[in-house]
Amino acid sequence: MVGIVVDGEPHEVPAGGNLLQSLLSLGLDLPYFCWHPALGSVGACRQCAVVQYRDENDVTGRVAMACMTPVAEGLRIGLKAPAAVEFRAGIIELLMTNHPHDCPVCEEGGECHLQDMTVMTGHTFRQYRGLKRTHRNQYLGPFINHEMNRCIACYRCVRFYRDYAGGDDLQVFASRNQVYFGRFEDGALENEFSGNLVEVCPTGVFTDRTFSAHFTRKWDLQTAPSVCVHCGVGCNTTPGERYGTLKRVINRYHGDLNGYFLCDRGRFGYGFVNCADRLTEPMLHGQPVTRAEGRARLRDVTFKGAIGIGSPRASLEANFALRELVGPENFYAGCADADYAMLDTIRRVLASWPVHSPSLREVEGADVVLVLGEDVGNTAPRLALAIRQATRNCMLAAAAELKIAPWQDAAVRELAQQVRGPLFVLATTGTRLDELAEVVVRRTPADIARLGFAIAHALEPAAPAVSGLSDEDRQHAESIAEALKRADNPLVVSGTGSGEPAIVEAAAQIACALSRRRKQPASVSFVVPECNSLGLMLLDPKRLGKALESAESGSVPAAIVLESDLFRSARTEAVESFLSRVGETVLLDHSPQATAHRAQIVLPVGTFAETEGTFVNGEGRAQRFFAAMSPRGAAMDSWRWLAEAHPRHDWQCLDEVTGACAAAIPVLARMVDAAPRADFRIDGLKIPRQTHRRSGRTAASAHIDIREPQPQDDTDSALAFTMEGDAFDAPAALRTYSWAPSWNSNGQSIAKFQDEVGGALRGGDPGVRLFEPVQRGAAPWFTEIPRAVAAEPGVWLTVPRYHVFGSEALSARAESVVERIPAPYVALHPSDLARLGHADSVELNWHGFREVLPVLADDTVVPGTIGVPVGLPGMPCGPCPRTLALRKAEPHGSGVST
Amino acid sequence: MTPETILTAAEIAEIQAELAHYPSPSAASIEALKVVQKHRGWVADEPLKAVASLLNMSPEDLDAVATFYNLIFRKPVGRTVIYCCNSVSCWMLEADVVRERLSERLGIGFGETTPDGAYTLLPIVCLGACDHAPVVMVGERLCHDVRPAQIDAVFADDVGPASTASAR
Ligand code: SF4
Ligand code: SF4
Ligand code: FES
Ligand code: FES
Repeated sequence: MVGIVVDGEPHEVPAGGNLLQSLLSLGLDLPYFCWHPALGSVGACRQCAVVQYRDENDVTGRVAMACMTPVAEGLRIGLKAPAAVEFRAGIIELLMTNHPHDCPVCEEGGECHLQDMTVMTGHTFRQYRGLKRTHRNQYLGPFINHEMNRCIACYRCVRFYRDYAGGDDLQVFASRNQVYFGRFEDGALENEFSGNLVEVCPTGVFTDRTFSAHFTRKWDLQTAPSVCVHCGVGCNTTPGERYGTLKRVINRYHGDLNGYFLCDRGRFGYGFVNCADRLTEPMLHGQPVTRAEGRARLRDVTFKGAIGIGSPRASLEANFALRELVGPENFYAGCADADYAMLDTIRRVLASWPVHSPSLREVEGADVVLVLGEDVGNTAPRLALAIRQATRNCMLAAAAELKIAPWQDAAVRELAQQVRGPLFVLATTGTRLDELAEVVVRRTPADIARLGFAIAHALEPAAPAVSGLSDEDRQHAESIAEALKRADNPLVVSGTGSGEPAIVEAAAQIACALSRRRKQPASVSFVVPECNSLGLMLLDPKRLGKALESAESGSVPAAIVLESDLFRSARTEAVESFLSRVGETVLLDHSPQATAHRAQIVLPVGTFAETEGTFVNGEGRAQRFFAAMSPRGAAMDSWRWLAEAHPRHDWQCLDEVTGACAAAIPVLARMVDAAPRADFRIDGLKIPRQTHRRSGRTAASAHIDIREPQPQDDTDSALAFTMEGDAFDAPAALRTYSWAPSWNSNGQSIAKFQDEVGGALRGGDPGVRLFEPVQRGAAPWFTEIPRAVAAEPGVWLTVPRYHVFGSEALSARAESVVERIPAPYVALHPSDLARLGHADSVELNWHGFREVLPVLADDTVVPGTIGVPVGLPGMPCGPCPRTLALRKAEPHGSGVST
Repeated sequence: MTPETILTAAEIAEIQAELAHYPSPSAASIEALKVVQKHRGWVADEPLKAVASLLNMSPEDLDAVATFYNLIFRKPVGRTVIYCCNSVSCWMLEADVVRERLSERLGIGFGETTPDGAYTLLPIVCLGACDHAPVVMVGERLCHDVRPAQIDAVFADDVGPASTASAR
């Protein structure tokens, strides 16, 4: 800490930071634009001016930019000094000369940083009488609107999009008053983090196009703290509702996890909640019935001795309620067996191996990163963004040697140019992170696992050796092991994406070998497929295949399927046979899917935006999410349907289910601490989901009933569907929106709730980490090293491929996302395609079904393998077979076999 | 479309020659754009995209360079481009009036070209001849100490070499 003097008052601030950040962390207000806690300082906008004094005798001082001024012992500055106040007002006045006066029709209005800063500087009267420069706006795709006239040229957008997220299709054109931020030509912004521009841009240049389609002012939204459901990272979000429609999702700051940024799948995938074809009424054999009837049928089915199939995208509470209803011995996992095997390994490794599962903030601190067999950019986008930042650590280290602070963004980038820290990508196909990697090795899944095991052996001779490795791969193994040995903070990243269980084992083996060498737990991050995949596994379900098998013998009288589509998790034929043998099938879900068409009883449930519960992300962090709105029609929380059907349990509210789950499952004991209980109050009141400025409360439904409806009660949480209460002082896990006096924008107002700007939320970042590394466990090595597979003629080894947009089922239903989903295809190496006679499409034998798909040439595909995109709408159902026989599809008549 | 279908063999060869002088292809951006401009008079969208792909850059990245510099034209220009300095020294010595006279005489404003395609009028930042402000550059000829009243002199064919030309 160093002592500084601000307007004559002494303060203590952490050493090494910049003055702007320090002042904001002290809770003082100073206007700024170009600085961003995650992007650092460039001193471009000149808005953060203060007066800096040489010493106590200096009464004149000089104007300095706070964001570019390092704090040092004895620093004396004036925030309120007239010269600074006047300078700041002048800057705003200049910025406003070209800014349109369109706040009333601007969708940023009410949460606009430019509005806030303009008010803060007191620039309320316009002297400029000249013309304003105007620009032509561009079409930027389904996610983002463009209104360039509002630009104040702070350069935040390009610094985020290009420097931080690695996009290259957004640039600054022209110069001086004409600078233009946009694309070369109209077209979708391609980077999967484009949605953050909405929050990064301090003005209304970039706004959320999906929100625009049903716009509501921020202050009129009803919001709640939530967790993204579109992958296993578990980014924190704030969904907002009005008039029964989920209007948008924005980032909810979490210091250890997503920080200030979400991926576009997480931000725009919410559209599925508003789909017209949602399941909203209980259905019996295709006919709507009452809730009571639905409940009665569920009881009957349970009584018959049903099995339960749990869900990797339903809450722990819903899964636990199902497990209780059918009994632990009848509880199965609603995911593919291959995923189950990998998740089982991950669960065991996290629980009992001497390895550390890092938060995203810790990922950003890694100095050497090895990615093993996972296309992180497409399966866990926000994690990939963190890895991207980790590759900058060598730049920061080089800068530190020259005494350049890490927040001196322009200087650090100028110094390091394109130098990137060691990232090794060992993959089964091209991945999104390849462009950043020092070494990219592409092999078949088995060979990637073998390479991984070889690295573990090179790190720690006690780990089993791999025989028969090529010289090239042996060298790779050795050089990567060397780099990992030299690292201060090595990180291994892997996951379930490759479909090869040995890859997950190899990744764990490398981390364990590192832990042994370093005599402290090394970090390993596992990507899991869905938002609660790991949570489901912690309830110890049996694998789905077992359920399918036991139905074969006719011993399954009924099945209750929770929020999952069996046709995605097992072969069509196997699911068909299962459903026909099982006496009765009950499905609880919110969106139509293949299993819903086959179930005799369908019970409608709420989505994440309408229900409450706990998810466990890939890191092993239990996080609570809350409803922003009430469910449609007769839908309700899955756990409630299941609890009501239970013959003995009399659970009335979520806390009781959470408590029972924590008591029954030792590893989940602390899940109760993920958020305060429903009886939490501030001054006797619940936390409001509506802002104190909400409008139209008495008028919103006056066309239906002139009496103001009674606010709906929420017995499951400490949040209320009203405007009464104190949202400002709520603990982080219950913060329904981010707002502070004078700070209306989401990204900037959060500073008032952080310990230090850009750091942890006050009172601790929410969620509970369930696993801490076992310090001294002698983990048994994995000894089963797969054999190298030789390609057989005519048979291709399948390799799953992922797309940010399309591979995840719920977001793929969102209207805006649909536009970005690739058409179904398979990919072959150009040489293999040549051998097939340059086919445009191929005919495959998919679990016994003949499928014809377009084929793309892709030189990142390993020869002898076929890339099969996972989950794309229009692709054949079910998990991808391990191998595929294929031939060129002929337009007419017989195909040519190869 | 490949660069070869858009750029001529001569253009590609000249760009390749420039590439050899730089450690990274993007460093040759300006030179490559100048090659295209030399051959075509200006840089249209398609050639720009072709050059970007030769330099392994996104069109955005190359266009950011192209649009930043006044001397790269992204629209067709007249046979002679007249640059009127409007930086501070010239501005203090009535550059605005000089520009007005030029506009009157040519019948065009900044960024426009005369209908006969003879002249384009553009603003430019400091031409480095502030001691002789106001300054106008006609094609490659520098005219200094320009007096608004004698604007015709700017168009005189008999003015001497660039360094000594004076419209006084
Ligand atoms: S578009 Fe927004 S973020 Fe980009 S420079 Fe303009 S005001 Fe700043
Ligand atoms: S990375 Fe995953 S959890 Fe985070 S916003 Fe994207 S889809 Fe959601
Ligand atoms: S915030 Fe300091 S100059 Fe922009
Ligand atoms: S200001 Fe015009 S030449 Fe320098």
